[in-house]
Amino acid sequence: MIHLEYFLIVSAIMMAAGIFGFLTRRSTLAILLSIELMLNATDLNFAVFNRLLFPDGNEGFFFALFSIAISAAESAIAIAIMINIYRHIKDISVEKLQQMKW
Amino acid sequence: MNFLSIFVLIPLLMLPALWLCRNIKGLRAVMVTGSTALLIAAVWLVFKFIGDRAAGMTDEFLYTASVDWFTPLHIKYAVGVDGISVAMLLLSAIIVFTGTFASWKINPLPKEYFLWFILLSLGVFGFFISVDMFTMFMFYEVALIPMYLLIGVWGTGRKEYSAMKLTLMLMGGSAFLMFGIFGIFYGAGGQTMNVFEIAHQTGGAHAIDFSAQCLFFPLTFIGFGVLGALFPFHTWSPDGHASAPTAVSMLHAGVLMKLGGYGCFRIAMYLLPEGAQELSWIFLILTGISVVYGALSACVQTDLKYINAYSSVSHCGLVLFALLMLNNTAGSGAIMQMLSHGLMTALFFALIGMIYGRTHTRDIRELSGLMRIMPFLSVGYIIVGLANLGLPGFSGFVAEMTIFVGSFQNNDTFHRVLTIAACSSIVVTAVYILRMVGKILYGKCTNEHHLQLTDATWEERFCVGCLIACIAGLGLFPGWVSHLVHDGVAPIIHQLGAVAHTVSQSNPFL
Amino acid sequence: MDYQYTLLIILLPLLSFLIIGLGERWLSHKVAGLIGTTSLGITAILSAYTAISYFTADRVEGIYQTLVPYNFNWLPFHDMGLHFDMGIMLDPISVMMLVIITSVSLMVHIYSFGYMHGERGFQRFYAFLSLFTMSMLGLVVATNLFQMYMFWELVGVCSYLLIGFYYTEKAAIAASKKAFIVTRFADLAFLIGILVFGYYTQSFAFDFTQSAVYLNGAAPAVTVEYSKTLAGAAFILPTALFLMFIGGAGKSAMFPLHIWLPDAMEGPTPVSALIHAATMVVAGVIQVARLFPLWVEYAPETLHIVAWIGAATAFYAAAVACVQSDIKRVLAFSTISQIAFMIVALGVCMPGHEHGVIDNHASLGYMASLFHLFTHAMFKATLFLGAGCIIHAVHSNEMSHMGGLRKYMPITHITFLIATLAIAGIPPFSGFFSKDEILAAAFHYSPIMGWVMTGIAAMTAFYMFRVYYGIFWGKENEHYKEHTPHEQPLVMTLPLIFLTLFTFVGGWAIPGSFGSLISATGEAYHIHLDPQIAITSVVIAVCAIALATWMYARPTQPVADRLQKNFSSLHTWAYHRFYIDEVYQFVTHRIIFAYVSRPIAWFDRHCVDGFFDFLAWGANRLGYSIRGLQSGSVQRYAFVFFLGTLLLLILMIL
Repeated sequence: MIHLEYFLIVSAIMMAAGIFGFLTRRSTLAILLSIELMLNATDLNFAVFNRLLFPDGNEGFFFALFSIAISAAESAIAIAIMINIYRHIKDISVEKLQQMKW
Repeated sequence: MNFLSIFVLIPLLMLPALWLCRNIKGLRAVMVTGSTALLIAAVWLVFKFIGDRAAGMTDEFLYTASVDWFTPLHIKYAVGVDGISVAMLLLSAIIVFTGTFASWKINPLPKEYFLWFILLSLGVFGFFISVDMFTMFMFYEVALIPMYLLIGVWGTGRKEYSAMKLTLMLMGGSAFLMFGIFGIFYGAGGQTMNVFEIAHQTGGAHAIDFSAQCLFFPLTFIGFGVLGALFPFHTWSPDGHASAPTAVSMLHAGVLMKLGGYGCFRIAMYLLPEGAQELSWIFLILTGISVVYGALSACVQTDLKYINAYSSVSHCGLVLFALLMLNNTAGSGAIMQMLSHGLMTALFFALIGMIYGRTHTRDIRELSGLMRIMPFLSVGYIIVGLANLGLPGFSGFVAEMTIFVGSFQNNDTFHRVLTIAACSSIVVTAVYILRMVGKILYGKCTNEHHLQLTDATWEERFCVGCLIACIAGLGLFPGWVSHLVHDGVAPIIHQLGAVAHTVSQSNPFL
Repeated sequence: MDYQYTLLIILLPLLSFLIIGLGERWLSHKVAGLIGTTSLGITAILSAYTAISYFTADRVEGIYQTLVPYNFNWLPFHDMGLHFDMGIMLDPISVMMLVIITSVSLMVHIYSFGYMHGERGFQRFYAFLSLFTMSMLGLVVATNLFQMYMFWELVGVCSYLLIGFYYTEKAAIAASKKAFIVTRFADLAFLIGILVFGYYTQSFAFDFTQSAVYLNGAAPAVTVEYSKTLAGAAFILPTALFLMFIGGAGKSAMFPLHIWLPDAMEGPTPVSALIHAATMVVAGVIQVARLFPLWVEYAPETLHIVAWIGAATAFYAAAVACVQSDIKRVLAFSTISQIAFMIVALGVCMPGHEHGVIDNHASLGYMASLFHLFTHAMFKATLFLGAGCIIHAVHSNEMSHMGGLRKYMPITHITFLIATLAIAGIPPFSGFFSKDEILAAAFHYSPIMGWVMTGIAAMTAFYMFRVYYGIFWGKENEHYKEHTPHEQPLVMTLPLIFLTLFTFVGGWAIPGSFGSLISATGEAYHIHLDPQIAITSVVIAVCAIALATWMYARPTQPVADRLQKNFSSLHTWAYHRFYIDEVYQFVTHRIIFAYVSRPIAWFDRHCVDGFFDFLAWGANRLGYSIRGLQSGSVQRYAFVFFLGTLLLLILMIL
């Protein structure tokens, strides 16, 4: 049986990587990946906490599943937007996406 | 709901009717029907009111009704009228009616124009029938917002700038006002927003703490005063009026500016009598400045609308000035001046609009000899000019005389000096009116394009004729208006008189 | 007798004004003129009837009763029981004025048929004439100060409209504006005077002794306690009366408010005859006469100021009249001078020997003043209408375009001569009698005033004959060959003859003399000529006429030319009316417009408005400067958010 701490370390690393990526990457696609990474970190936590701390219930799994479904929808929309943006300005770097600001 | 609500219901029904109209003819039909209905209702109300008073109904407000609206804050939709509001409703109905004819050929977007126009009058009518401070405030805001679009879209000249300036300054006033209203509400115990109930609750005029009165009176007075062109918050008036389309100028100067004076009297002075007694001197000085300063500024303007706008500053200043004299005669005079100025200035703006519509300039240096070219408009212009400078037989004379006699009842040097200064404005008024008339109407026409211009069309004649008839009617038979108005002024002055012994320690001139 | 019909005297002209004014476009010249003239004819008959029945009625305690057929509360003021009444009051002054106004106005109406023939705006002219007549009648029958003020303003406006009748002419526009604004300025003082008066006496009514008889259910005014007022502050009534007098001085063109009257001659000549000679300009005299009991009783010291203002004006105007070349200007200055005579006559009145009692003998000037008002209205109207005939004939106002007209225009010549003799004070013409009474009153007041006024009377004779000779004698103008002047049609000469008749008999034909109708106390006062004063004044007037004859009757005028050359600066100054107009021009344009109005307008645009614009601009700038924080870059937001969360966490842990 793997200890809870190991799971949490993995998920913390994933979360930190996600935050770091979200704050520093310039490519929209990479930012989306970072968001996915963070989401997955939390999903992992949900599942692990459910499995190891409250084995009687299933809420954590459900929540994780729910979150996965949402992140799938979200990535679909995000990628669609990116494709559209790419068609217009041939780039998906956030620095180039300033026209919408004012 | 009682029958006073028809003043709100008619415009409310006109909105969808206008929305459904397909062409300009339909719009005109709706506008004429609706504004005629309003006019009939207002005239009928005047007769009914006078009749009921004669029959012995002595309540301060007649035909009152109240519907709970938002109970936690004690907000009610409460209506009721006294002599002042009846007179104001009549004025508004006349201006809306004639304004319809003055905007007969509005272009572009007639439907949208009339929609906003009616929304504006909805606010005005609602304001005058309300006796609940909150609903008053709400209708006040309803009346302000359409101005922005009406000036910004259908205006002339620097219209965006003017529209923005007007709206922002009036909104600034509203901010003061809201503080004032909440101050009154909580100061009076936070139980009711009804003006009548606050004024007559236990403790009467002293119900609100003296120091609170001295704090909230200026806030409320300035809040309404901005709309009443109180110096130095009047500067929206020249720009706003100059840019606004004809009928909007009429409605704005004719009725909307009266909301200011009415609110100052009905809310600020009625509910905060001790504050008013204590601080009236400050505002007397400001309004005294308005009167003379507006008149002197008008002397050197070159744009017809600027001249009239400054003249409005002067005349509306006289309204507030008279109110602050705190006696029956001056108070009645102030309300009569509101009526009179409303009608006269509406006619002035209507005529300026008609002349501008033909010559496409309002610069008095470019206009001359119009008398030969458009005799009807010119004669109307001379008549209203003379009425404005106080020709007997027209409304301005009776109103000004009542004000001056009333103001003179205050027997101390401070009030005397200010009264005499205000009287001197009648000379300055003569100067700028005659200068303007002499320059644009008399003489020989120097611009060849102007020679081909035509005189007024039937709807313009109708509009001008109606307003002249009203001005002359008020000027020839002032007795009934004076009595009607005094009916509403007396209780307010009584309220102020009840605290006369506290008379201001703060006035350094006494 | 209940005098109910007197209401028609006011209403008929008003009705004709409304009909002609509203139907201007549809009425032909003839119809419009006829409507105006007919209504005025009826009014004149009614006025004459009123006068006859009033003056033949029995006196009560030796006084003609003051009757008030109508008086109603027109506009209530809600404090202190003050109210603005409208009504009709008949007393000797108002009845006399009714006759003067309606008869002169009727003559002018008839005359204008010829004078204004074919002019553009003929209907408008008649409409304004009717309106003016109505207002003037309303002014004289006023029952209270406020009604007087109201009609006072109305006549001012009519005067404005009629002076500016030729509204395409620059001079006419300027003149009308000037007339209105100058009188308005004076009216301000009148208004303040009324306010002061009304506040302290709690009444505006003219019925000072409470002896008026109210007819037809008209309500009496509030009881007034003048003595109580005076006990409080003795300077109040004199101040109020003097302020009101300033108003009267504006209307009656007293120095230094006289500047509008000469310019008012830009209006059509019949208007000058009616408004600026016979009726409106004497409003100041009427006003002082109306308030006379108060003046004499409560403000006798202030009355001295009035007398000296009158004397100064009379002298100034006479001096200027001597050098003017425009005949209407000469007549205008002569009008100013003659009205000043009336004012002087009022000013030299004194209380009786026991203080506070009006005495017919001590207040002789009161009677003299109104007598002169009456005779002056007739002869000055004759002079103006005659001048109108001349102007019509030679198409110019300038004396240099005239000369030797007596052959061409005999009727005008004779009537003009009679009127000139009347104004010069030669018996048996009316002017002699009234002027003699004024001089007697002046001598009674002080010998200095008496001699001053006698001297001015001599100047009057001199400048009037100068004009007379300039027009009718001397060298014929060369223009006559191309364009021969001819006598005017009957419609114009008939009014002249009628008025001349009055001028001829007005001094002595009134049964029992003028003093039996109007006097300071109301009791009959028998006028007796003081032979010493009468002979002196006639001799001096004849001398002045002889001087004028010697100087101006010949075809060439060597003496006058020499004088003009030797005293050229004096002549220039007098010709330019001692530059009083320029002073006013300077004050209004250079000082008030340039140094008051313009800076105020600038201040408004740049300081007051600038402040609000600055607020808007400041808010805008502030928005721009802090909008960098809201960059729209989600990553930066997230970074700040992350740091914030971290900070909070650390704080919580600690």
